[in-house]
Amino acid sequence: MGHPAARATGNRLGSGGLIDRKQPLRFSFDGSTYHGYAGDTLASALLGNGVKLFGRSFKYHRPRGLLTAGSEEPNALVELRRGPWREPNSRATTVELFDGLDAQSQNRWPSLKFDIGAVNSLFSPLFAAGFYYKTFMWPASFWEKVYEPAIRRAAGLGRASGEADPDHYEKMHAFCDLLVIGGGPAGLAAALSAARSGARVILCDEDYVLGGRLIGDAREIDGCPGSIWAKHTAAALEAMPNVRVLRRTTVFGVYDGSTFGAVERVADHVPEPPPHQPRQRLWKIVARRSVLASGAIERHIVFGGNDRPGVIMASAARTYLNRFAVIPGSRAAVFANCDDAWTTALDLARSGVRVEAILDTRTDTNPLLASKAERAGIPLFPNAQVIDTRGSHALKAITIRSADGRARDLAVDLLAVSGGWNPNLGLTTHLGSRPNWSDRLAAFVPGKAPTGMTVVGAARGSYGLADGLREGMAAGIAAAEAGGFAARREPAPKADDDHTGIKPFWHVTASSSKAFVDFQNDVTSEDVALAAREGFKSVELLKRYTTLGMATDQGKTSNVNGHAMMAEFTGRPMSEVGTTMFRPPYTPVAIAAFAGHHRGRQFRPTRLTAGHRWAEQQGASFVEAGQWLRAQWFARPGESDRLTTVSREVRETRAKVGVCDVSTLGKIDIQGADAGAFLDRIYANMFSTVPVGKVRYGLMLREDGIVMDDGTSARFADDHFVMSTTTANAGKVMQHLEHARQVLWPELDVQLVSVTEQWAQYSIAGPSSRALLERLLGEAFDVSDAVLPYLGCAEFTWRGVSARIFRVSFSGEFAYELAVPANFGDAAIRAIMEAGAEFGIIPYGTEALGVMRIEKGHVAGNELNGMTTAADLGLGRMMSKKKDFIGRVLAERSGLVDPERPSLVGIQPVDRAGRLRAGAHVLACGADATMENDQGYVTSVAFSPMLGHWVGLGFVKRGPARIGERARAYDPVRGGDIEVEIVSPIFFDPEGKRLHG
Amino acid sequence: MRIPCPYCGERDLSEFVYNGDPVPRPDPAAADAPRRFYEAVYLRDNPAGPHQELWYHANGCRGWLRVDRDTRTHDVLGAAFAGT
Repeated sequence: MGHPAARATGNRLGSGGLIDRKQPLRFSFDGSTYHGYAGDTLASALLGNGVKLFGRSFKYHRPRGLLTAGSEEPNALVELRRGPWREPNSRATTVELFDGLDAQSQNRWPSLKFDIGAVNSLFSPLFAAGFYYKTFMWPASFWEKVYEPAIRRAAGLGRASGEADPDHYEKMHAFCDLLVIGGGPAGLAAALSAARSGARVILCDEDYVLGGRLIGDAREIDGCPGSIWAKHTAAALEAMPNVRVLRRTTVFGVYDGSTFGAVERVADHVPEPPPHQPRQRLWKIVARRSVLASGAIERHIVFGGNDRPGVIMASAARTYLNRFAVIPGSRAAVFANCDDAWTTALDLARSGVRVEAILDTRTDTNPLLASKAERAGIPLFPNAQVIDTRGSHALKAITIRSADGRARDLAVDLLAVSGGWNPNLGLTTHLGSRPNWSDRLAAFVPGKAPTGMTVVGAARGSYGLADGLREGMAAGIAAAEAGGFAARREPAPKADDDHTGIKPFWHVTASSSKAFVDFQNDVTSEDVALAAREGFKSVELLKRYTTLGMATDQGKTSNVNGHAMMAEFTGRPMSEVGTTMFRPPYTPVAIAAFAGHHRGRQFRPTRLTAGHRWAEQQGASFVEAGQWLRAQWFARPGESDRLTTVSREVRETRAKVGVCDVSTLGKIDIQGADAGAFLDRIYANMFSTVPVGKVRYGLMLREDGIVMDDGTSARFADDHFVMSTTTANAGKVMQHLEHARQVLWPELDVQLVSVTEQWAQYSIAGPSSRALLERLLGEAFDVSDAVLPYLGCAEFTWRGVSARIFRVSFSGEFAYELAVPANFGDAAIRAIMEAGAEFGIIPYGTEALGVMRIEKGHVAGNELNGMTTAADLGLGRMMSKKKDFIGRVLAERSGLVDPERPSLVGIQPVDRAGRLRAGAHVLACGADATMENDQGYVTSVAFSPMLGHWVGLGFVKRGPARIGERARAYDPVRGGDIEVEIVSPIFFDPEGKRLHG
Repeated sequence: MRIPCPYCGERDLSEFVYNGDPVPRPDPAAADAPRRFYEAVYLRDNPAGPHQELWYHANGCRGWLRVDRDTRTHDVLGAAFAGT
């Protein structure tokens, strides 16, 4: 392409690059204002302004600059934005510049240039490999009080904002015939050849410009600049209705069943998301086939001072030059073991940078490249190495050792390094496949790819451009044909020549100063050597011992160097040493993207009953019951606390009449000739004998003999029951019944459907409940004992609507439950209140309901806690001896019929003014509070307004036999310790007279 | 993971609830019923390879499925209604 050397501003070329010079952008870094252009990254814009110092390293606080120009960047991590929008550990190399961008360096104090933490370098033994583990051998307190706080202060990455994320995130699901991961030449070719057949194609690329290396390199395809070819191909794809091109989208994970996770950065590149747009979007993509065209990541060489700002990957130098028109230095040298980096020297020279040397570790270099370099006037040093670098905050000079063994200094401010390329194969390992070492390529290449995935181009080690294009096309056509589409075979585009020669070279042994393997974790060559000496020779142990390959970059630029050095130190071949596996995510993904809209109140659905609005209008306070909101109590003006309100609701219900919304209880409609026989197997007690028009209380067990749920079932016809379940277990019971129906006894003629949401149901309880219903229903239904006795049920038509009535009671009062279709629930509760006005009706909430059931000794969720048997609940008699049912056999196990088991009792304080606490443990009077002395526990407590003191239910060893005994209720959590009496669980109306009016 | 529900078609894992092995309910009238039930409820093989298991299509047709899955690869080899 050829760039004129004329410089417009700073380090910026006057023309060329994929930036828009007509769109200058203002931004700030550490409080200073700079200018860049649309198309820049934060990294390229800062480099264009001559900024080379980007951050401080993790442990030693060494000054660090850009190493790369991509998402593999280990050094240039910055904090973006302010306040709740602050986003730490953003890679400056991937941050798309926008006007007003506010960025700060991190892990430095008081400033990036002068960082106190840099003294850590003097204490580097403190941070050497394995220090943490060795320190644990000292007294724990020494670690906790001295070392850990010191290390936590000194070492670190960015700071989280600590505030709620104010932006929106959303989730999308997509399906396609072909997912192409990576929009470089191979990926574009694959997408285009598959899309032309009509197949549904999704192409994802993490960058905001498609083209991969084509936009960083000065290449040609069909005689046209590579970046232009990429632009035209992308435009052609976007014009097709069967193609979705997702820019700024990272495929971060491969999951079972050809499912992929991707995150799209919808609005990270603008000051704030446009209206109705999320900040980021999480994609779950199901693809018949996939093509992995993720390219390769250049690796560095380990030598003394290789982390100094100004030492940069050779390919990154080209990217800054060609894509961003930024001159990354004025006097450069190239240090490499491969042909590819020579292109960097040639590109730099062509742009007017003085290239002082190409230092190649190989003796035999590529003659064609050598002649090009000579023509460009670049001095060549075969069989040479860089031993050290100098410069405080930026590179000033390098020390080289040439083939003759002599060391000398070169004054340069840019050193472009390449140790070759690693296929970017992370996604091939997510389902457990291990990469294989290739001696020919001096790199790990993908092992068996996940089902349906084809790896093409540099990602499988085919570094040549022509090879990548050809492989991409072939994979696209194969994917289309596998999906049943007829694909045309077009000639592959013609590419210019590649030079891919390499001879492995990992580290400069002659260096004596700190030589970094992993920049992000400050792992040095000495740490790897120490791990080898101490026997941590497996790559997995090396990783844990030294932290090599951990943190946000997951070793993308460091792993293979570290593993190769371990191979050298232990005299093993690379194929034997192997490499660590990658797990999702490929690059860090914000938790907010995974959460999407499922945050706060949107974490799960909120279910409201048909009478919810009415309850709100009555001033109800609501409580969550599973997903439901239920009215907890209805405070009246002047009632200062909930106890006053709840006690009033109980007293007035028991004295007159009260109404409670019980719509949230699960309702399952059960029909079929075998419905009765089915319920006999589900419930511990008998149901096939329930007459039509009657309700029976039932108890169901799990197959292990423990109680699962309780509730009533009403028989409306021989072949029709309606079951009620507890609110909490409605879904679980439905699943249990479906299991029994479909898996255990498919031969039974029975059908189930959940009708919980189809019916609004109100409990009308209290001595005036019958008078109220007479008034309310009038001619529609006769609620006399003759028609509807205790435990009767009926269906009837009321005001043109089908209604159901059940004579059941949880409160112990004379009571009914009235059910209407949910659409009429609001009208029904208003009608009930109107009809009840003359009887003094009050609405009561779940709290009063809870008090009344405790007064009556009725068990509920606190007692059906997954550990109790029917006998524990005092309901052992319900276990039928005449039939089999789920849980019968195992309920007879000796451990479950042990008479010593804690079983249900009532508990009340001896001093009636005392306060009981649920959760308290029951001990014998005078016994020490030890596990051995534990006699049981209190499950439910309430202040009984009818008795005027606290009452509770609980489980006590041999409970029923101990009624009348005294014991100790010990509650260490809340400091409760009172003397109690063990009594019958039925505190109020023990004869049950009130049920019958 | 994707499960091919015979009623709904291939669906995402998140629609299903796992419920262990499809062990037949033992004969409650057998002389050694307690032992048989104990084994059916508590004892499970843990094979490396093809394995049958029950999945409930809770957010779908409510069908109980018997799914063949390779525990080493998570490849789903097939699915059928459990009662058939």
